[in-house]
Amino acid sequence: MPKLYTGAEIVFKCLEDQKVEHIFGYPGGAVLPIYDELKNHSSIKHILVRHEQGAGHAAEGYARSSGKPGVVLVTSGPGATNVVTALTDAYMDSVPLVCISGQVPTHLIGTDAFQECDTTGITRPCTKHNWLVKNINDLPRIIHEAFEVATTGRPGPVLVDIPKDIQFAKAKYTNPKKKKETKNKNRFNQKDIDNLIELMNKASKPIFYTGGGVVNSGPKASELLRELVSLTGFPITTTLQGLGSYPGDDNQFLGMLGMHGTYEANNAMHDCDLLINIGARFDDRITGKIDEFSPKSKKVHIDIDPSSINKIIKVDLPIVGDVSDVIRSTIKTLKKKNLNLEKSNKQKTSKWWQQIQKWRTKDSLNFINSEKIIKPQHAVQRLYELTKDQDTFITTEVGQHQMWAAQHYKFNKPNRWMTSGGLGTMGYGLPAAVGVQVAHPKKLVVDIAGEASILMTMQEISTAVQYNLPIKIFILNNQYMGMVRQWQELLHEKNYSESYSEALPDFVKLAEAYGCVGIRAENPDELDEKIQEMINIDRPVIFDCHVDQAENCFPMIPSGKPHNQMLLGPKDQEENKITGKGKALV
Amino acid sequence: MVKSKSAYSTPSKLSKLETHIIVVWVDNEASVLSRVVGLFSGRGYNIESLAVAEVDQKNNLSRITIVTTGTPEVIEQIVLQLKKLVPVHKVGNFKRDDKNVIFKEMALFKIVGNKDKIKKAINACKKFNPVILDQSKKSAVIQITGLRKEIDKMSKNLKTHGLISVSRTGAVAMTRGAEIFN
Repeated sequence: MPKLYTGAEIVFKCLEDQKVEHIFGYPGGAVLPIYDELKNHSSIKHILVRHEQGAGHAAEGYARSSGKPGVVLVTSGPGATNVVTALTDAYMDSVPLVCISGQVPTHLIGTDAFQECDTTGITRPCTKHNWLVKNINDLPRIIHEAFEVATTGRPGPVLVDIPKDIQFAKAKYTNPKKKKETKNKNRFNQKDIDNLIELMNKASKPIFYTGGGVVNSGPKASELLRELVSLTGFPITTTLQGLGSYPGDDNQFLGMLGMHGTYEANNAMHDCDLLINIGARFDDRITGKIDEFSPKSKKVHIDIDPSSINKIIKVDLPIVGDVSDVIRSTIKTLKKKNLNLEKSNKQKTSKWWQQIQKWRTKDSLNFINSEKIIKPQHAVQRLYELTKDQDTFITTEVGQHQMWAAQHYKFNKPNRWMTSGGLGTMGYGLPAAVGVQVAHPKKLVVDIAGEASILMTMQEISTAVQYNLPIKIFILNNQYMGMVRQWQELLHEKNYSESYSEALPDFVKLAEAYGCVGIRAENPDELDEKIQEMINIDRPVIFDCHVDQAENCFPMIPSGKPHNQMLLGPKDQEENKITGKGKALV
Repeated sequence: MVKSKSAYSTPSKLSKLETHIIVVWVDNEASVLSRVVGLFSGRGYNIESLAVAEVDQKNNLSRITIVTTGTPEVIEQIVLQLKKLVPVHKVGNFKRDDKNVIFKEMALFKIVGNKDKIKKAINACKKFNPVILDQSKKSAVIQITGLRKEIDKMSKNLKTHGLISVSRTGAVAMTRGAEIFN
């Protein structure tokens, strides 16, 4: 007779077979049998968070920096509802998470039992799929399927809800099935690739627009992308999530595009005659006004998710497939046809590059630096200069600081940049940094934060202290919810309704209270020295960087405007006031 | 132009609305219907009618037929989004005016009145395959099948013939000829 295992044992056997090394979680009544079993599985380390949302974001940081799925373990009721924000965040940004939640015993489901909630009902719209395990014999199959669904196709979160009696019940264990044919497999063929190359040959104003799909496709995809871009000689811009998939300091890179993207990237998107979207989804922060989005271009969309194609922007050539596979085929075909686009197309695209250089001279990320007060952009630039020589991982919260980080910190490798783009979750960065540091214990991990965001998940610094995770929380403290304040300044007649935090904690003392190190910088002279001090400390640090309260994030595409009508920074606004030319830009 | 105060773009012009019949083959498992229906409500799609039942007991498959209205872009999205759901096997999509597809709805009418009235009511239903499911001295239950607009019309017309209760199904669909949908 085969050996029988309890549900709790089966959970761990599945996790072991899925090669899980870390789980992020918080115990409670309905998961106690699973927590009881934890001691028997030394290969799996549990990271105890302080709030289940923190567990979810930490698992996201872990997943995005390592390429492995993040695993979350929470209890029923409030445990499950607290993780909903993180699941939604992971769903929007295509991060593979497997969340295991406890549930009240089967016979109590539907009776409003203590800590009962309809977990699968609540999480249905924010997961790729979820399961309520009602029969112990289904448990091994379901958990393995959960990992499969989370990690294949377009990745995303899944949830397995396990009632407490199922955790005690016994059943046989079955190994994961051999990979069956999954949905969303490559659906492109050589003809698609040939069509793409024909479009490339014809184009005189081409541009690559790449996104998080390149990062999700694995490190190989980024290498292939570099090869393709250098082979074609075309300019490239990336979305917020695509940062790092192409070297940030390369000459063919135009910077990030979109609402706070560079002038050259957005204008090139508007004026191009061939737009090649690789693993991006025409998000509304990217497109601006849909009717006037890139009006003169042929559009190609390469994506693993067929539902992304034609969702927002109609494209001329859809290619459904894994980004790596599509780029690999394209490069192979290019080489076979011996089309050295870089040379043959150089003449064709040389005018285009001249135009791009013209846009570049606008220097749209410029800001007026100060000797008296720390400018937030300057702080990010100094952080970059002082950390660029080591393999640094950056997470962020959400707001102005996030955009400044995206604009001024340059990434050379994928999986080094973790930010909440789709959902825009304030409080994402600190727990995400915890997860990144767990995955990469020896690397420098910095959360570029705002003082408002950080207070939303501040408690997770306690997790960092418990596990000696030397994360650095770099707060650009302007005492405002900066992005809210910026919108109120520009669009609501400077009515700063509830965007100022009247009573902020003393972050240095707060750091000390948590048992980590607090550093404060208040003027530009001491900035470098203090950043260096932060880097040198092998413990968690909260860095309270007091920055200009009135600084706005430029350039920006004002609401309802197309890409070629950007609002530029103060320098340009001033110059244009004199010449009167800039009014069209506003 | 009034300056927009929103960080979101303004809606662009919508193309023409079309009515489609979407047929979805799903695993007949707990909560599968709510996954399908939740997709519609969550993404703001419209459901005009819905019919669902198990069609293959051995393979545990149900067939869901949904009548929906949307722009061609929205209809395309509905199909692609449905295909992403894990328990969904395949999705069919037909225009309501597609001549190669048969659409049928069923309705039960309860008529109360004297013999004469009931006779008139049954007569009025003649074109729609009426079946008398129950009859007493004062009442009758009539089953008819037809298109949505036909049943709409009948339930309006029968009001004067003693119709007091209507129960009807959503549309079900089947292709004509020997072909089946794959």
